[in-house]
Amino acid sequence: MAYEMNFTPVLARTPELISGTIDTLILSSQSIGIGLTIGLAAALLRVDGPKWGAVVSATYVEAFRNTPLLVQLFLLFFGLPYMGIRLTANEAAIFAISLNLGAYSAEIFRAGLLAIPKTQIEAGLALGLSRLQVMRYVVIIPALRIIYPSLTGQLTLTLLGTSIASAISATELTLAGAKIESQTFRSLETFLVLAAIYITMTFVFRFLYWLVGLWLFRRRVPKTGSAAATLTLPREVES
Amino acid sequence: MPALRIENLKKSYGNVPVLKGINLAVENGDVVAVIGRSGSGKSTMLRCINGLEPFQEGTIEVVGHKLDQSRANLRELRKEVGMVFQSYNLFPHLSVAENITLAPRVVKGLPRDEGSALVREVLSRVGLAEKADAYPDELSGGQQQRVAIARSLAMKPKVMLFDEVTSALDPELTGEVLKTIAQLAEAGMTMVLVTHEMGFARRVATRTVFMHQGTVWEEGKSEEIFTHPKTPELKNFIAPDLK
Ligand SMILES: Nc1ncnc2c1ncn2[C@@H]1O[C@H](COP(=O)(O)OP(=O)(O)OP(=O)(O)O)[C@@H](O)[C@H]1O
Ligand SMILES: [Mg+2]
Repeated sequence: MAYEMNFTPVLARTPELISGTIDTLILSSQSIGIGLTIGLAAALLRVDGPKWGAVVSATYVEAFRNTPLLVQLFLLFFGLPYMGIRLTANEAAIFAISLNLGAYSAEIFRAGLLAIPKTQIEAGLALGLSRLQVMRYVVIIPALRIIYPSLTGQLTLTLLGTSIASAISATELTLAGAKIESQTFRSLETFLVLAAIYITMTFVFRFLYWLVGLWLFRRRVPKTGSAAATLTLPREVES
Repeated sequence: MPALRIENLKKSYGNVPVLKGINLAVENGDVVAVIGRSGSGKSTMLRCINGLEPFQEGTIEVVGHKLDQSRANLRELRKEVGMVFQSYNLFPHLSVAENITLAPRVVKGLPRDEGSALVREVLSRVGLAEKADAYPDELSGGQQQRVAIARSLAMKPKVMLFDEVTSALDPELTGEVLKTIAQLAEAGMTMVLVTHEMGFARRVATRTVFMHQGTVWEEGKSEEIFTHPKTPELKNFIAPDLK
């Protein structure tokens, strides 16, 4: 007997799906913002910081890359209260996902920073820039350009990973879906709809990353002909 | 007071001594060519002067900034000491104009609206006034090197260091860069240039320093050094085939 799909009871819960989607978008954006900041700081500390900084950074990165996100989430939500720190489910979710992304993106940023030739850094220093200014004006953009595909790939994983926050009942899309499923008994339909929403979100985010990339790595278009002409040869010798 | 004074500079990598007690004084307006065999320590000395390499002993004083093992005042010193590298090292993501104005803006707080005048000024000194909006990868090697010189000039350095700035260039592009440097020399810029271009050293440099095995082996007026070398090592270096 073939199963007959019926989306009506699920779609009747559209308002809940929408608010779940919005919650997921908020959770993702906040985690991405905080996580990337942590990741960049950890990478700079590791590559260009004092010895103790490199140790702190490496310890953090290893700790968070070698434990499951779910366990990190449980530790922050169920564990921290024993140390007198009580977080709401949503706060714990943001912290855990940010720290997790921070650790993964730190490794990606680090690979980018190390890919920039030392001579670029020396040229910046020789001009009187501080090490931090060299990082900011000379190194970051070319480094980002190299790692951009892996970085945005990681961000997609983070967006999808927010669904794990449902395990501590943080409000987001998967939790909303689970509730709908348990009340409508339409498991297949519910989770198909969730999948469709997630896939739409990742495509929208990837489009945004593409736009950001266009802006970050923008270059003015050379005036027609000038580039080709100068490469042909030494007519400038006289100038 | 000399523009640059190096006293008893010693540096080693691990336990391999590379500079074994360098003494050198450069007066304002001097153009000093540094010649010597590969591995004699020319680049290392140059890099010590603006603090890119730490050293173990001795002092370096450049335009009033004293540099020793403590490496204090490095940035103040670098503001006044320009350096041009063999591999140009332009910043690929910035246009020529942005390459030039980056340090003046960030380090000296140059107002945005004064940037283009500065760009025009330094680019015209290297003969590339029309390239302000180009990107480094749109330029030939010789042009990139001249932009690198312009970028350094934009900080209004009192001393400029050049490390084999034509070595990466095809012979036909070497001339344009050497010509730019010769014009700077005429304008009175104090310069120390490591070079393998003997003819250029002889013509443009007021003094020439011959480095050998990590020491200043022989130095003097360029004309003297090239016409009457005293040590056999220098004789052999300048004209090995005359033996
Ligand atoms: N980072 C480093 N680590 C270890 N040894 C080094 C390093 N840099 C340079 N050396 C050594 O120091 C010595 C001097 O090098 P330096 O680059 O100053 O020579 P140079 O006179 O500039 O030579 P060239 O004409 O080939 O550029 C060489 O023996 C080189 O092998
Ligand atoms: Mg060298």
